[in-house]
Amino acid sequence: MSETSALVILIAAIFTNNILLANFLGMCSFLACSRQLDTAVGLGIAVTFVTGFTTALNFLVQRVLVTLDLEHLTYIAFIAVIAAFVQFVEMLVERISPKLYYSLGIFLPLITVNCAILGTALFMVIRRYNFVQSVGFGFGAGAGWALAIILMAALRQKMGYSNVPRPFQGVAIAMIVTGVMAMVFMGFAGMVNIQ
Amino acid sequence: MMVYLLSVLVFGGLVVGFTILLIVAERYLTNYGVCNIDVNAGQRVMEVDGGQTLLASLIAEKLYIPSACGGRGSCGYCKVTVLAGGGPVLPTETPYLTRAEIRGGVRLACQVKVREDVSIRVPEELLNVRLFQATVVSTRSLTHDIKEIRLSLNEPGEISQRPGQYIQVEAPSPEGPVYRAYSISSPPHEPSIVELIVRLVPGGVCSPYLHSLEVGDPVVFTGPYGEFSLSEDPLVEIVCVGGGCGMAPIKNIIYSVYHRWPERVCWLFFGCRTTRDVFYLEEFKDLARKHPNFHVIYALSDPLGPNETWDGEIGFVHLSVDKHLDAGIERQAFLCGPPPMIEAVTSVLIEKGLREDDIFYDKF
Repeated sequence: MSETSALVILIAAIFTNNILLANFLGMCSFLACSRQLDTAVGLGIAVTFVTGFTTALNFLVQRVLVTLDLEHLTYIAFIAVIAAFVQFVEMLVERISPKLYYSLGIFLPLITVNCAILGTALFMVIRRYNFVQSVGFGFGAGAGWALAIILMAALRQKMGYSNVPRPFQGVAIAMIVTGVMAMVFMGFAGMVNIQ
Repeated sequence: MMVYLLSVLVFGGLVVGFTILLIVAERYLTNYGVCNIDVNAGQRVMEVDGGQTLLASLIAEKLYIPSACGGRGSCGYCKVTVLAGGGPVLPTETPYLTRAEIRGGVRLACQVKVREDVSIRVPEELLNVRLFQATVVSTRSLTHDIKEIRLSLNEPGEISQRPGQYIQVEAPSPEGPVYRAYSISSPPHEPSIVELIVRLVPGGVCSPYLHSLEVGDPVVFTGPYGEFSLSEDPLVEIVCVGGGCGMAPIKNIIYSVYHRWPERVCWLFFGCRTTRDVFYLEEFKDLARKHPNFHVIYALSDPLGPNETWDGEIGFVHLSVDKHLDAGIERQAFLCGPPPMIEAVTSVLIEKGLREDDIFYDKF
């Protein structure tokens, strides 16, 4: 079991081990929903919320499974937890902010298959975090993903005014920018490492 | 063995637990309480349970908004003007709305959810739309694929319609009832009868159902819909141009005209492909003998077969319109047929001096 404090894990999950920029998980909604800054902010918040809470829930579920010697159910149980929680968030968002609900559109239910969330839960198991660490890691990973998509959306909005060569327009330039952002985030790597 | 049982039990328990939690959450989160729908600035106010779509709420309150797709957002018929409380326009609606409509607050009723008090505006006529229970009294094949179906109204027993209006027939389909629009071909002075002229569309939903009906079968429909109204000035000539089952509203218009104004001038141009597509010609010739100001012109677009005789026109129907009408007379025109026919006839009529506002059409 790792001895790192939950706060350090949270910071590390945002900057040095950013789930999107270091592990490249959750790329599909990252590329699809990063055209508008406000949509990106909304989706970022939703993903942070879902990742944080499902990681905590999944930690408990995983403990139960380990006690019952049913570790082979880990994947499917994690997916069920995430799916149920996303349904709940969907209802919550529809109630609180219909505008966000409609601007996220299909990507809100698609958070279910955002691999960053499942990835976070699985990293939590591999790295043998305790409950507090897991919660820190979950919120950190979500916030890291949110940070990445918000930065990306801001950049893409600016890019609307720049002269991108034709073959690179659209997703191509987005991938290149993501790569550059990932390299920039590597600059944080020396600070702390949570492998 | 135990491990399989336990796996299934644990996973099943997990899923059932989440389902229960979600159902409870739904109860509290999507409960919007009772909302008021205000129609046409206080003309009707209804109290409905929030959370449903506007279309479902209005139909439950017997305000029949036209809708052909059953609320799936694929027909674009259920347009209403939402003045307050509809939320933002959804991406599912934008393909069916023009920019002007979006600015004016027009929405698709099947996509708007009632979450708060809503105030809407609908055309006055929709408030008169009712749900009718009827029985088939006769069916008759007019051509190889067109049938005339007469319905006698049971509840309510009479319909108040204007020529050119249509009804929405409820037809069963594997995914629940669907509604399809058919023009009323019987005139308003027969208020207990609704007659339809239906072309069989192979693979269609409603027309095979209507063609399969037999005398005595029940039919449910809502109506009447449609904003066309005949010019009340007897000096204005009426020009009707149709093709195929576009006959339905035209028949209604012609019989209504001669019921009220026996001397009025009226032109009927009807386009068919071949002689086997011709119908109602004898009826109209009889009517023309009684009313000398009624002119019937049928045109065949395909060349005659070897042993056929034909005393009408040959060629597309817009050419007959061009040939027979003199320019510069005040007229009202009603066109009903396939889009290329409508476009061709419209340009001919405009050349003849009709204003665009006086040309009404039904494309199908």
